[in-house]
Amino acid sequence: MLISRSDRGLFASWWFTVDRLLLSAVLLLMAAGVLISMAASPPVAERLGLDSFHFFKNQLFYLGFAVIILIATSLLEPLQARRAAFVVFLGSLALMVVALFYGPEIKGAHRWIDIGPVGLQPSELAKPAFIVMAAWFLGENVRRPEMPGLLIAMVLAGAFVGLLVLQPDFGQSALVVITFIAMLLIYGIPWILVFGLSALAGAGVFLAYSMIPHVASRIDRFLNPEKGDTFQVDTATQAFQNGGLFGTGPGGGEAKQILPDSHTDFTFAVVGEEFGFIACMGLIILFAFIVIRILGRAKADPDPFATLAMSGLAVIFGLQAVINMGVNVSLLPAKGMTLPFISYGGSSLMGMAFAMGLVLAFARARMGVAAADSAWRSVTA
Amino acid sequence: MLVSPRKNGSLPGRNRLRLVSFGFIVFFTTISAQLGYLTVWQGRPEKPAAEYSERVPRPDIVDRNGVVLATDVSFFSLYADPRKILDVDEAVELLTATVPDLDAKTLRQKLAQPNRAFVYLKREVSPSERDAIHNLGIPGIGFRAETKRVYPMGRLASHVLGYVDVDSKGIAGIEKFLDDQGALYTASLGEDNSRAMPAVLSIDIRVQHALADELAKGIAKFRAKAGGAIVLDVRSGEVLGLVSLPDFNPNQPDKNFTFDQANRMTSGVFELGSVIKAVSFAMALDYGVADLTSRFDARAPLVIGRAVIHDFQPTRRILSLPEVFTNSSNIGTARMVLGVDAERHQAFLRRVGLMDRLVTELPENAKPILPKRWGRLVQATIAFGHGFAVQPLQGAQVVAGLLNDGNMLPVTFLKRDAADARAMAKRVVKPKTSETLRYLFRLNGLEGSARSANAKAPGYRIGGKTGTAEKVVNGRYDKSRNLTVFTGAFPMENPQYVVMVLLDEPQATPETYGFSTSGWNAVPTGGNIVARIAPLLGVEPILTDDERKAIAKQAQKEGRT
Repeated sequence: MLISRSDRGLFASWWFTVDRLLLSAVLLLMAAGVLISMAASPPVAERLGLDSFHFFKNQLFYLGFAVIILIATSLLEPLQARRAAFVVFLGSLALMVVALFYGPEIKGAHRWIDIGPVGLQPSELAKPAFIVMAAWFLGENVRRPEMPGLLIAMVLAGAFVGLLVLQPDFGQSALVVITFIAMLLIYGIPWILVFGLSALAGAGVFLAYSMIPHVASRIDRFLNPEKGDTFQVDTATQAFQNGGLFGTGPGGGEAKQILPDSHTDFTFAVVGEEFGFIACMGLIILFAFIVIRILGRAKADPDPFATLAMSGLAVIFGLQAVINMGVNVSLLPAKGMTLPFISYGGSSLMGMAFAMGLVLAFARARMGVAAADSAWRSVTA
Repeated sequence: MLVSPRKNGSLPGRNRLRLVSFGFIVFFTTISAQLGYLTVWQGRPEKPAAEYSERVPRPDIVDRNGVVLATDVSFFSLYADPRKILDVDEAVELLTATVPDLDAKTLRQKLAQPNRAFVYLKREVSPSERDAIHNLGIPGIGFRAETKRVYPMGRLASHVLGYVDVDSKGIAGIEKFLDDQGALYTASLGEDNSRAMPAVLSIDIRVQHALADELAKGIAKFRAKAGGAIVLDVRSGEVLGLVSLPDFNPNQPDKNFTFDQANRMTSGVFELGSVIKAVSFAMALDYGVADLTSRFDARAPLVIGRAVIHDFQPTRRILSLPEVFTNSSNIGTARMVLGVDAERHQAFLRRVGLMDRLVTELPENAKPILPKRWGRLVQATIAFGHGFAVQPLQGAQVVAGLLNDGNMLPVTFLKRDAADARAMAKRVVKPKTSETLRYLFRLNGLEGSARSANAKAPGYRIGGKTGTAEKVVNGRYDKSRNLTVFTGAFPMENPQYVVMVLLDEPQATPETYGFSTSGWNAVPTGGNIVARIAPLLGVEPILTDDERKAIAKQAQKEGRT
């Protein structure tokens, strides 16, 4: 079916304005995730006594929803997208409070709430929504300096991070804090403050290190491999070594059989073992392309709100990928962080689909944007 | 304010986005470099992938008194790391000379794979072979300590225990059940990593042995093709013994078992006339459509549509309800059940669990075969068990429930304590109905078709119901091939144990005067079983003076004092 340029319908106007290259990259990543889940999840499922393809089937099921969320969100106008983010932010923040009191305790944390047969992690949905909220208030502040946007954004960040700490989920807290600092940087706070805030965050990490035993042991184990149990990281390293340039081939992995979190935090190692260095590079390039492309779009957009929102979403997406892959190749201490669109997990998949949907919505070519662009003005003048 | 945005409303930090992009490029490049270092630069590690250290030890399986029924024994397996083999020809020559049962051709194929890190050459080498191979000093050859599942009791309780494959993975029976609970369950039984807590079964191995022995004798005596027997604890729902013959030896290395060796008591369904008639009586009594004073016309065969229902041994008179039970009258039972409408009939069968698949810990379980349409004819034939096939264990569970004041318990193969059992009980009929049923069972044991059980086990107050079903051969009932069943309980004034015996195609013998119905083979076998297990289970006999004299006389004759 050919779509006419003159068609003003919802789909046609979306098709000609959406960033199709970015959309393709995201869809490609999702497809790769399905393929990788087929290799990475059966050993874990078997160890837990489940059907071999239990996680794979679930992932496929969630992926259906994720694609719908991605497309539906990208159809929105920027203003609608902002309102959607507002609703999602309030809703998921409320659910996080509910999870604190009523959620089941899993591995010592209250992060999930049970909805029928599935568990939902509201913080995964709250992350992209929070970024859009923060971008909104920071952006308003740029346009109308009399408005206390910075203060409101700070309060929102405090509330969100506070809830994450209460769960407790330090990985996510750190991620949100770093992303927020990056947004403040782009918003234009002086360098001295950036360093100050970073020092504050560093102090937070030190506090966590000295107060919370499992954080301390993780960092100790990273700094001193001889000291403690580095089973996960060692096995991941061995997986990469087994893989070599081309990998052992699907199903040929040996280390993946004993890698405890092969379907979530250590998926990348399984890719390394079974598909090899070249496939890993393909993934890295795909992630890098998406991040750089969004940042480029953000820089070109004249609307401060859109710039801040897009760059915040790119930063959180990129950071998650960098931290996850960094842990896998033992450049960073072990930290539970999912690889966007690749690791198993329904909530993370939905949250990331929502995030990318928002990016696509903000990045759609707009009449007003072109008119406001100085380059465009110089052409039409 | 902390910052002073430019007047024109543009973002002051916009150009810092370049820095962010640059940062990400640095991150991604660093990861790529490390990735290349790990995958390409370092090459494959010398060690084979880490030993499968997460392997959970299999727990021992013990009977209710702690007798070991299954345990792990360690042994060594021979493996090779083909990457380290220097001279394949030499290795093949040395190995085949030392271990003659290794095939040179396959061995060569296995060793000539320079990219493999691990390949099994032989599972379970003997200690002397191990020493000899070790002394050959071939590089790249090693031994791996493994465990093997051993069943010290051999064939005994093999259908309950099941077995494991060569990788210690449960394939059948309780072994598979343990695996299906997941590694977490199996590990939860473990005290530490080396030795796991045993899984305790409800089986009493002494009862199991008596059961298997007497059943085998019965099968031999009546030249039956196969048979099965169950002993159930009425108050807890525990299975104390379950035998299905022919059985198998789980220690057999190839596990190449035939269909005939399957567990008939759970993975097969049969028309259990005896059980279903008892259920029909319970239903009619419980719904109040019949009581002990009811009478049923058995003077002529019952005609429904074009079908005619006969009695096996026609009485040709009007029978009271106890007479219908003791004479096992099909006509009487059918007339009684026709007083209940089809919907309530089905509801009752569903309530006692006969309409659904019985699921226990044993993974081998069969779905009942039920009639598709419920007309009056179907109701009448189902009343005495025609066209309604269930697992024998399912039948034993129902009878135990009906006799236990109507409190039905789900049967189990794991040890269960009394408090748990009480909490699980489900009331299926009124206590009054249960009492009447106990009376009918005992009456049948004294005067009816189950007399010979008490003759074999004097003093143990057995009550029971017999059933003889014609087997279905090629879709038709074959009059010459019977399946005989005895479902009994003892001591009848307060039933503690249910015994079920099933014989497949027993033959008439001179001793049985040419009969091959249940009362002549399954019932005496059941009596013999009770005589052996009642003393083990602590049930004391109450003997009449006549019985006492008879026993004394018998003892004198055999030269005992």
